[in-house]
Amino acid sequence: MTALLDPSTPGTSAHAASLSHLDVLESESIHVMREVAAEFENPVLLFSGGKDSIVMLRLAEKAFWPAKIPFALMHVDTGHNFGEVIEYRDRRVAELRARLIVASVQESIDSGRVKEQTGPRASRNQLQTVTLLDGIEANRFDAVFGGGRRDEEKARAKERFFSFRDAFGQWDPKNQRPELWNLYNGKHNRGEHIRVFPISNWTELDVWQYIAQENIEIPSIYYAHEREVFERDGMLLAVSPYVTVLPGEQPYTETVRYRTVGDASCTGAVKSTAATIEEVIAEVAASRITERGATRADDKVSEAAMEDRKREGYF
Amino acid sequence: MSELLRIATAGSVDDGKSTLIGRLLWDAKSIFEDQWEAIERSSALRGDDYTNLALLTDGLRAEREQGITIDVAYRYFATPRRKFILADTPGHVQYTRNMVTGASTADVAIVLVDARNGLVEQSRRHAFLASLLRVQHIVLAVNKMDLVDYSEARFRELEVEFGEFARELSVDDVTSIPISALRGDNVVTPSENMPWYDGLALLEHLETVDVVRDRNLDDVRFPVQYVIRPMSESFHDYRGYAGQLSSGVLRKGDEVQVLPSGRRTTIATIDTFDGEVDEAYPPMSVTVRLADNVDVSRGDMIVGIERPPTLSQEVVATVCWMAEQPLHHGTRLLLKHTTRTTKAVVTDISDLLDISNLYLSPTTELHLNEIGQITLRLAQPLMYDDYRRNRSTGSFILIDETTGATVGAGMVGASAVRPMAPTHPTHVGAAL
Ligand SMILES: Nc1nc2c(ncn2[C@@H]2O[C@H](COP(=O)(O)OP(=O)(O)O)[C@@H](O)[C@H]2O)c(=O)[nH]1
Repeated sequence: MTALLDPSTPGTSAHAASLSHLDVLESESIHVMREVAAEFENPVLLFSGGKDSIVMLRLAEKAFWPAKIPFALMHVDTGHNFGEVIEYRDRRVAELRARLIVASVQESIDSGRVKEQTGPRASRNQLQTVTLLDGIEANRFDAVFGGGRRDEEKARAKERFFSFRDAFGQWDPKNQRPELWNLYNGKHNRGEHIRVFPISNWTELDVWQYIAQENIEIPSIYYAHEREVFERDGMLLAVSPYVTVLPGEQPYTETVRYRTVGDASCTGAVKSTAATIEEVIAEVAASRITERGATRADDKVSEAAMEDRKREGYF
Repeated sequence: MSELLRIATAGSVDDGKSTLIGRLLWDAKSIFEDQWEAIERSSALRGDDYTNLALLTDGLRAEREQGITIDVAYRYFATPRRKFILADTPGHVQYTRNMVTGASTADVAIVLVDARNGLVEQSRRHAFLASLLRVQHIVLAVNKMDLVDYSEARFRELEVEFGEFARELSVDDVTSIPISALRGDNVVTPSENMPWYDGLALLEHLETVDVVRDRNLDDVRFPVQYVIRPMSESFHDYRGYAGQLSSGVLRKGDEVQVLPSGRRTTIATIDTFDGEVDEAYPPMSVTVRLADNVDVSRGDMIVGIERPPTLSQEVVATVCWMAEQPLHHGTRLLLKHTTRTTKAVVTDISDLLDISNLYLSPTTELHLNEIGQITLRLAQPLMYDDYRRNRSTGSFILIDETTGATVGAGMVGASAVRPMAPTHPTHVGAAL
């Protein structure tokens, strides 16, 4: 909480006791995390090194301070990573003395659980669902914290804080539990689990403002830097070993930054000169394109793409 | 500093709710170009002759296919003064359940009516449910003023009619605003078409409505959520009680009691990751250390010495029932109240509340989407307050032990607005 107030005066006035929207959001998220730690046997927090999961990790740190975070972290690793992000991930894990489980899509491919897509537009994004569900099952996780936000996408707008998943990891959007007040229902049977979204009520702008307010370090790719990119489907993709540049696609050097960090093969960069958190916030506030629209090839497939993937058990 | 305001909207089909929300989001720059293009494409595919803003809010495929909104959806927009969370509750399927859910966290409810149709039964139900859930501020948005020639007389007529109805609901603050969601009159900026209206435009009203006073700052209620014991070298003997303050102001050095044991002690420190604080206010999440070594665990409640909550193994409550199978005498359930979950059994169902005229009638069962008054016996005592005094310690959910589903929402105390119908009509079988 940053809302530290002047030395207590008896009879606090209602206005003195008012909190900023970030303080209220933070408190709500911490409340959710503590409910999970108290009611579940084996929770896990999905941590990718992306900004939403970075904020989640900070919230978890705050929720249980001065104790360590009482659950493990899991990274569903597509193998198509940005080096800066993996370096950041490992450093944070070490600082917090946390336990990190890496669920590897490469291993799912090697063991024949999933089939690698072929062709120049192949992406491992879809494959992650299987690796994620296998990771949940193998470790017997009963609660899985995700950094999904309701402002991201239409199907997400109806997602609950506590989202029930059946024994196959599936989401049934038409049969969700009503969620009232701050009372969360985590009831489930063995083999089923609950996806928990502590930052449901945060927007992209809130996340950035919080990163600024809390002075949280984030991977350098979120700030403007020079990179070799090319245009595809109206997005800027980085030239990397994970993508095949097609004939007619002209790589060039551009000053860019990332608004979201996912699989390197399908996460686009945006043209930007925002080199500080303040500049990023100014840019996000003025932006007229959603972060998914700007930077996620996988969501462009159809209007219902996210809902379909979520039903199957995606993040 | 920007504050958070939670809003619930409700309106009958075609009153213009989607158009209004679309306009608020668009003008507050919370609709993005790619979203706009996506709905323009979909509108064209459907053969709509205008960009159908409702598509923006119909998130699930089933909803788009059927052209109706099924579930509560949450929308976000912000102005420099406030960030808004808007619970958009559909007006038809599962109407009561959704409205109750959306209103449970709302500071403000917007009841939308079509100026031509005026107050319909649905409008009264919206207002009543908002008041039942103790939403303190209700806005009557009289929409489609352009279709009644921006008539002041028509607006005043509805304002008066609604005001009379609202008086019975004991809502503190009722504001009526004449708008045209389609044309933008009085939504974000004052309308030039209605010079006779000297109030605020809707968005200005939402930006300024005073909600900080709505919180209960008198009764200290701190439900213990989680016990923090680092067992590390630097925090060897640390034992902190983590939770979110429900109500009251918690101060370092204050004498408190722990319920249900009743043991008295003093607040030694109020800790947060960012350092100690001298005072905490709702809804802050903090960690409290106590001066004495008393036994405290999850589900206990730290409360003030004055005005303690009721400690009881029985509770009388107004319940909204949300399951297909009816609730009846003897139904066994799990009840979650603050951080305590206990087994419960229904010992009495006394009255069914008619949400269109607010009359009570005797009943023995509650069906899906019905609201009634029941008594529950509990396996463990709860520490509760009347919902009208405390939204947090006065609320609970009911869970089906077998399916795990959330089947009911409860508000402690009798919430009847009209205690009994004058003639006490006999029950004619539960509505479907
Ligand atoms: N003339 C006029 N039409 C409106 C206004 N607001 C909404 N409408 C129209 O009323 C119809 C229903 O609106 P919609 O927003 O879909 O209603 P909903 O069912 O409440 O979401 C649409 O044809 C809108 O264009 C208004 O202020 N004036």
